[in-house]
Amino acid sequence: MSLTLLNVIFAVVVAIAFAALNAAYLVWAERRGAGRIQRRPGPNINGPFGLFQPPLDGLKLMAKQLTIPGGADKILFVAAPVLSMFPAIMSFVTIPFSEMIVAHNMNVGLLMIFAFASSGSMALLFAGWSSRNKYAMMSAVRSVSQAVAYEIPMLITAITIVLMTGTMDLMEIVRQQGPSILHWNIFPLLTNSHNLLMPFSFLIFFTCTLAETNRAPFDLGEAESELVAGFHIEYGSMGFGLFFMAEYANIVIGSCLTTILFLGGWHPPLPFLGFIPGVVWFLLKIYILIATFIWIRWTFPRTTIYGLLNLSWKILIPISLFNLLLTAGLLKVF
Amino acid sequence: MGAYFSEIFQGLWSLFVGLGITFKEFFKPVVTMPYPYETIEMPARYRGHVELIEDEEGKPKCIVCMACQRACPSDCITLDGEKPEGSKKKVLTSYQLDFTRCSLCGSCVEACNFDALTFSKEYNLASTRKEDFYFDLLKRLEDRNS
Repeated sequence: MSLTLLNVIFAVVVAIAFAALNAAYLVWAERRGAGRIQRRPGPNINGPFGLFQPPLDGLKLMAKQLTIPGGADKILFVAAPVLSMFPAIMSFVTIPFSEMIVAHNMNVGLLMIFAFASSGSMALLFAGWSSRNKYAMMSAVRSVSQAVAYEIPMLITAITIVLMTGTMDLMEIVRQQGPSILHWNIFPLLTNSHNLLMPFSFLIFFTCTLAETNRAPFDLGEAESELVAGFHIEYGSMGFGLFFMAEYANIVIGSCLTTILFLGGWHPPLPFLGFIPGVVWFLLKIYILIATFIWIRWTFPRTTIYGLLNLSWKILIPISLFNLLLTAGLLKVF
Repeated sequence: MGAYFSEIFQGLWSLFVGLGITFKEFFKPVVTMPYPYETIEMPARYRGHVELIEDEEGKPKCIVCMACQRACPSDCITLDGEKPEGSKKKVLTSYQLDFTRCSLCGSCVEACNFDALTFSKEYNLASTRKEDFYFDLLKRLEDRNS
């Protein structure tokens, strides 16, 4: 009994530490990456390669006062940053980093992650609503319509995976993708469905992850040029810091989920590379995906709200539905 | 229907082209200068405020002919000189440049027949006080030599 309790505490501490560390150093990676892409060095003054920048930024944010605007809904205003952080940390509980490293595996892990992911947009709505600021409100409305539009193709794609694997257990989904790259769900040539359109499903899922995490080019929620900063316009201090960390924690969750569903989780790309521990492969894959996130952000300009909704309703949803039907048919045939 | 798909594929392709461009840029060398820590050398034709040129002995080449003062359209230049005992040439005793009015036109440099004036490469000239822009060029020359 006490061992279970210790397990839980250990899992929570590790999850929070992992999320916070990732959030801090992804900001650094983002700024360095942005710098390199724009032919400038990025933060390089504090410490070697600017590595002390994130803790110093955090210290500065913590030293600041949290001001609550007059007329704001105080409870929601204070609760919103916490609410935005908690789905990300909760989702870490069920993500399997390798065959051994998982805090608590459950047979509906996929469902749980999606349930928590959708509650993330609730935090944005709370933040926008409670700030009593028209820009924040507009941003919140945009974020919610965006979340609604992109959750549909994302879930349809996830259902395609569930059809192929027959389970919502994340560990089981990964286990079925062994042992080589040809068994991964992105190129499922040797699994039971042989669906050649899965690379497109991967692209759809990845695009939806970008949109769900409010990342560029889909960061209409915080379009600086129109909405100043979006839903977190009135937040200073660690309130802002939590939103910022939640954004990066969500990126990590999105990358983990993409890796688990499409890129074979902890499996090496070729069977003879199995001597390297699974967790190394898993982290390698998620950091490649995160690097792609950063790379995309600094490549593409922000879309318009119409472009964003058109992309989802006219392109992503029909194609993902078609792929779902195709997968179902192929599963019946083979 | 064909247009729908061709638009999707062309759009997707253009996204990958864009990613390729930023990927190449990522590995190119940095072009910026960490300014206060390092500075670039000004190009030869950069026009800062005017500066006196020295001869081999470190004295100004100026012979106090007043051509620059006359050439200046904004009356920025005030110079004075005196003839020491037993000498035929005048020696510069003061050269005041009122940089608040100077438009860097270069007429003074053009007017100088004795190659005694040039443009400096000075560009760090920010100040909140007007007095900081009344330059004593003779003193600057001495400071440079000492």
